[in-house]
Amino acid sequence: MIGEAARARLGDAVRETRAEHGIEVLLVHPARVTDVLRFLRDDPALAFVMLLDVTATDGIQLGWPERFRVAYHLYSMVRNERVRVIANLPEAKPELPSAFGMWKSADWLERETYDQYGIVFTGHPNLVRLLNHKDFAGHPLRKDYDIKKGQWLSEPDDLMDQLEKARAGLLADY
Amino acid sequence: MTTTASEAKGARGEGWRTESMVLNLGPSHPAMHGTLRVLVELDGETILHAIPEIGYLHRGFEKGAEKGTWTKVIPFTDRLNYCSALLNNIGYVKAVEKMLGVTVTERCRAIRVIIGELSRIMDHLIAVGTNIVDIGALTNFWYTFNTRERIYNVVEELCGARLTTCYTRIGGLANDLNDTFVAGVRELLKEIPVAVREVESLVRDNRIFLDRTVGVGAITTDEAISWGWTGPCLRATGLAHDLRKRDGYDGYNDYDWDVPVGENGDTYDRIFVRIYEIYESLRIVEQALDRLPGGPVNIDDPRVVLPPKGEVYGNIEGLMNHFKLIMEGIIVPAGEHYDATEAANGELGFHCVSDGSGNPYKVKVRSPSLALFAAYPRLIKGRMISDAIAIIGSLNIIAGELDR
Repeated sequence: MIGEAARARLGDAVRETRAEHGIEVLLVHPARVTDVLRFLRDDPALAFVMLLDVTATDGIQLGWPERFRVAYHLYSMVRNERVRVIANLPEAKPELPSAFGMWKSADWLERETYDQYGIVFTGHPNLVRLLNHKDFAGHPLRKDYDIKKGQWLSEPDDLMDQLEKARAGLLADY
Repeated sequence: MTTTASEAKGARGEGWRTESMVLNLGPSHPAMHGTLRVLVELDGETILHAIPEIGYLHRGFEKGAEKGTWTKVIPFTDRLNYCSALLNNIGYVKAVEKMLGVTVTERCRAIRVIIGELSRIMDHLIAVGTNIVDIGALTNFWYTFNTRERIYNVVEELCGARLTTCYTRIGGLANDLNDTFVAGVRELLKEIPVAVREVESLVRDNRIFLDRTVGVGAITTDEAISWGWTGPCLRATGLAHDLRKRDGYDGYNDYDWDVPVGENGDTYDRIFVRIYEIYESLRIVEQALDRLPGGPVNIDDPRVVLPPKGEVYGNIEGLMNHFKLIMEGIIVPAGEHYDATEAANGELGFHCVSDGSGNPYKVKVRSPSLALFAAYPRLIKGRMISDAIAIIGSLNIIAGELDR
């Protein structure tokens, strides 16, 4: 139902729809993910006004044709319903347009996905690590990152680059 | 500490030069609740800019979860919001149960409601207690923390631990209620309202408290939604959104209770939404105790639930069943699911991916604290440092679930 509405409006931006455990899943064209998200949010009958989470899955051990799958979890107050928007991304170029500016929550959620999986959200003005240390090498939730690998990182972050961005009005809270 | 120069304006006179000051709030300061760090740029005591840095308590929950069986994730969930571990236990197993397609027993559902609400009360008591201490009112602390300690005693008798409870299991619970549990909770039902009323009467119309909280860190419903806020902080803005009502999981809609909402979305409302939620939780617990169903707490499904010890030691099928469940784990059908419950701070979601084996392929936690803390700079900008402390307490940021 949600998928059909999106497809009627946005055509082949929505590649595939299915329901899994009662949640509708929309597989979308990566370059058009923000179009789909915007439609789901702004259509008054859908009103998926909440972006609750953004995350990725590294499908390297699942034999997927493309390595990464990014998932957006949306919730509609009006419908009391959830929807999951997913996009498949190749290993060579794991890039998606950013939802920064559409939702304030997108800022940190995209930063976390970048940090943990190395997914690049183009157009995000401050795509820096969120949970891991700034000098951390690699992306820990990728399946080829060994859980036993340790990195000794003791240099504190003075955050001055972030402060400069805040002064320039580039961060989400302004 | 570094300083940056800016031109002086107004009252300090032409030609004078003043400098803004850059200061670290936290990460190791009692008022920053553990491990939160915020870099603030100050003009006098007014915050011009704020940069939070998180991850000081990042332990790789999600990476660790991929390395064991589905059951082995349950103790990890204790360490998310460690003030209400039971609610995390419940949220996680509910997600896995949905993927397995199993429904837990009536008795299990009722017990989960009771322990979940007790856990929510504990969390709110801590949140309110420490928040008001941060504002400078120490007395309330003993009312809330003594009461919380009594709840911990009941929880400890139930599952052997105070904070790291690990009480739920996929398909049921670790054990049925102990003999003294019901009487203990009945006692709590009498004690908790007394303590909460004491705290309420200390602060409700207190001039100092009002000055410190009313209008401080206010946010509108629309903006809170854009930040992804859920839970008491969203309800404080006036929106009655509660997953217990809207999803009605574990039979919450069978009980008679209300969703308290605030009006202005400020620190005062956030504190009082929590206080009123304690009363509502008590109503739920009382009703659940009154009609606590009998029967088993675990489902009758050897694919999911460990056999009784007598069978493990008594016959070969029981032993093999036990061995398989421990060594290989519960086999969850391949697929993905996002499931959410109303935890103490809001929507606690688990996005689980299974490759059809006994180990999770991926477990992602949607933590309510992350959304709340992301908005923190927006709330404190232009306010005083003392307001920043009052606001962070009212958001009840728990580093365990924030950093995972």
